[in-house]
Amino acid sequence: MSEQIFRDGEADLGYRARWWLSRGAIYAVLLLWALICLFPIYWTATTSFKMAPDVMQGNMIPFVDYTPKWLGWRSLGLSPDTIGNESTVRAEFLKRFTNSAITALASSSLAVILGSLAAYGLSRFSYRFGPMKNSDISFFFLSQLILPPVVLALPFLVLYKELALLDTRIGLILLYTLTVLPIVIWIMRDQFASIPTELEEAALVDGLGIWGAFLTIILPIALPGMVAAFILSLVLTWNEYFFAALLTSTNSVTLPVMVASQTGSQGISWWSMAALSFAAILPLIVVGVLLERYIIKGMAAGAVK
Amino acid sequence: MTTEGDLLHVVTANDLSPTRRAAGRALIWGSFGLLGVVAALQILNATGALDLGFRSWRPTLYGYAFWGTCLCIGQVMLKGEQGKRLVFVLPAALFTVAMVVFPLIFGLTIAFTDWNLASISGRKFNGWDNVRQMWTDPFYWNALLNMAWYVAAILVEYAIAFGLALVLHAEIRARKFFRVAFLLPLMLSPVAVSWMIGKSMLEVRFGPLARLARWLGWDNPSFFGSPEIARFMIMAMDAWTFIPFMMIMLLAGLQAIPRELTEAARVDGAGPWKTFWEVTFPLMLPVSVTAILIRIIFKLKLADIIINVTAGGPGGATDSVTSFIFREYRDRSNVGYGTLLAMVYLVLIVIFMTVLMKVAERWMRPRT
Repeated sequence: MSEQIFRDGEADLGYRARWWLSRGAIYAVLLLWALICLFPIYWTATTSFKMAPDVMQGNMIPFVDYTPKWLGWRSLGLSPDTIGNESTVRAEFLKRFTNSAITALASSSLAVILGSLAAYGLSRFSYRFGPMKNSDISFFFLSQLILPPVVLALPFLVLYKELALLDTRIGLILLYTLTVLPIVIWIMRDQFASIPTELEEAALVDGLGIWGAFLTIILPIALPGMVAAFILSLVLTWNEYFFAALLTSTNSVTLPVMVASQTGSQGISWWSMAALSFAAILPLIVVGVLLERYIIKGMAAGAVK
Repeated sequence: MTTEGDLLHVVTANDLSPTRRAAGRALIWGSFGLLGVVAALQILNATGALDLGFRSWRPTLYGYAFWGTCLCIGQVMLKGEQGKRLVFVLPAALFTVAMVVFPLIFGLTIAFTDWNLASISGRKFNGWDNVRQMWTDPFYWNALLNMAWYVAAILVEYAIAFGLALVLHAEIRARKFFRVAFLLPLMLSPVAVSWMIGKSMLEVRFGPLARLARWLGWDNPSFFGSPEIARFMIMAMDAWTFIPFMMIMLLAGLQAIPRELTEAARVDGAGPWKTFWEVTFPLMLPVSVTAILIRIIFKLKLADIIINVTAGGPGGATDSVTSFIFREYRDRSNVGYGTLLAMVYLVLIVIFMTVLMKVAERWMRPRT
């Protein structure tokens, strides 16, 4: 091909037009999908500041279409003028919020601890439990992922009743740990497999035991993976509804159950429902925006071998 | 990942003294004996043979936890270095066995009983009655059929997720913003989503989507009136929350493809369309299969949105198996029948997933 000097031939212009067209199409798709993703969140956030006429007229943009009011947040006891006062609704909300936070944090931590240990063991040593070898043990752990919650729900209902664990946070924590354990093991096995064994060998030569090598050498290296697994577990356990709806009634009701119980009643006003929903999703939106890197890392862990 | 044989070799002088081994053995069996004694006492208490004043079965639970701890310590005392390795896996294994295997066995014994928590008569063994009832229960079969529809919808989700991953993989500005924005739906709890979208945005009079539908010329938008549209709406809401999940996995796969391959294809004269189908798509096959399989697993648990938006209506058209059993328990407290339905569902899932995994494995082998 001869050296080209002018880039305004017929073919070049056509190429450039096509390039702009594809750019335009890509950004159109991106913006459209971003709108689809963000609009419900925007809608919920703005609705919580609306009053009845605003909802009925379909006003969308605050300060332009309507003046925001603290109505929704006042009904939760979280608006500026009620935040100082006693509020039973707020107390209720905060109680649910702490329940959710404690169960999610505790079960994720427990799952990460148990899961990391198991994943490390499975990635380094060969075991034999009766006829089960390493791959079978791994499969045993991972197969728990397939188990649908309904299968466990009713037996657990009866068992927890007998164990006096119904409507307690401990009961929920144990169950949630079980549901996220396979995911943690999956992510962590991948993490540990990517760490070369020479590191431990060097540590062992230097006189550390297996556990010493694991705790002081390997754990710090695998920490980003553990954070990813932890965040992913946190998201799943914070949002969990099915078990919480069946196994809790008064004391340890979590936030999703509270939101769901409010949606059921038709009389409830839009703005307070919006405020409640938004308060329920806000922590995870913050987590998602700040720790997006780790979430993506966790989810991508199993995808690419 | 299926490495058999130790990756890490440790040579230790495994000269454990007989007293240490004996102590280890004593610890394990002693605590096991304690667990047995506690359990036996509790059974006697429950059957009324002895009145020991136990109000719950918790002592047995504590016994199990104590035995588990002693087992771990005992392994180290008994086997030395080998025991220390066992302790890595043992806690998770004991936990899973206690939380899954035991309840499953217990569930099997419930599944063949007529047990309504609301009735006073308590639990009665009724053989195959539940199975017969299931066989003639149109709503259960309907729910299973719906699950087939919901699972089929994953193909559309996959296509959208793939498209979005490709777009995100292209050279664009503000990539981080778009990635975070696309990821956010996954963070939201299905319950909140069912209010935000299902109950408010799809509200017939004031919801913005209803307004949009009217503006587009649909006079009387009703999103949950007819079975088909209601089912589609549930699919759409579930897709909305889970498309980011597939998208991220596919994006990770795309980023792992070396750039030289697509560049080589371009040099050889392939257009973008051809490059995608001949190079990118085949290379993405393993990741795609993994993403779809995991997505199917999550889809089979679908319930929260259905419970909160339509409660299975209209006429069971949107019911998933999970939401159906949930209502079976909530409305009728029918533990025995509900458990049987769940067990049958589990068996179906295990068969379905095994077949699917085998097929996927066979299908992928010649290409990789």
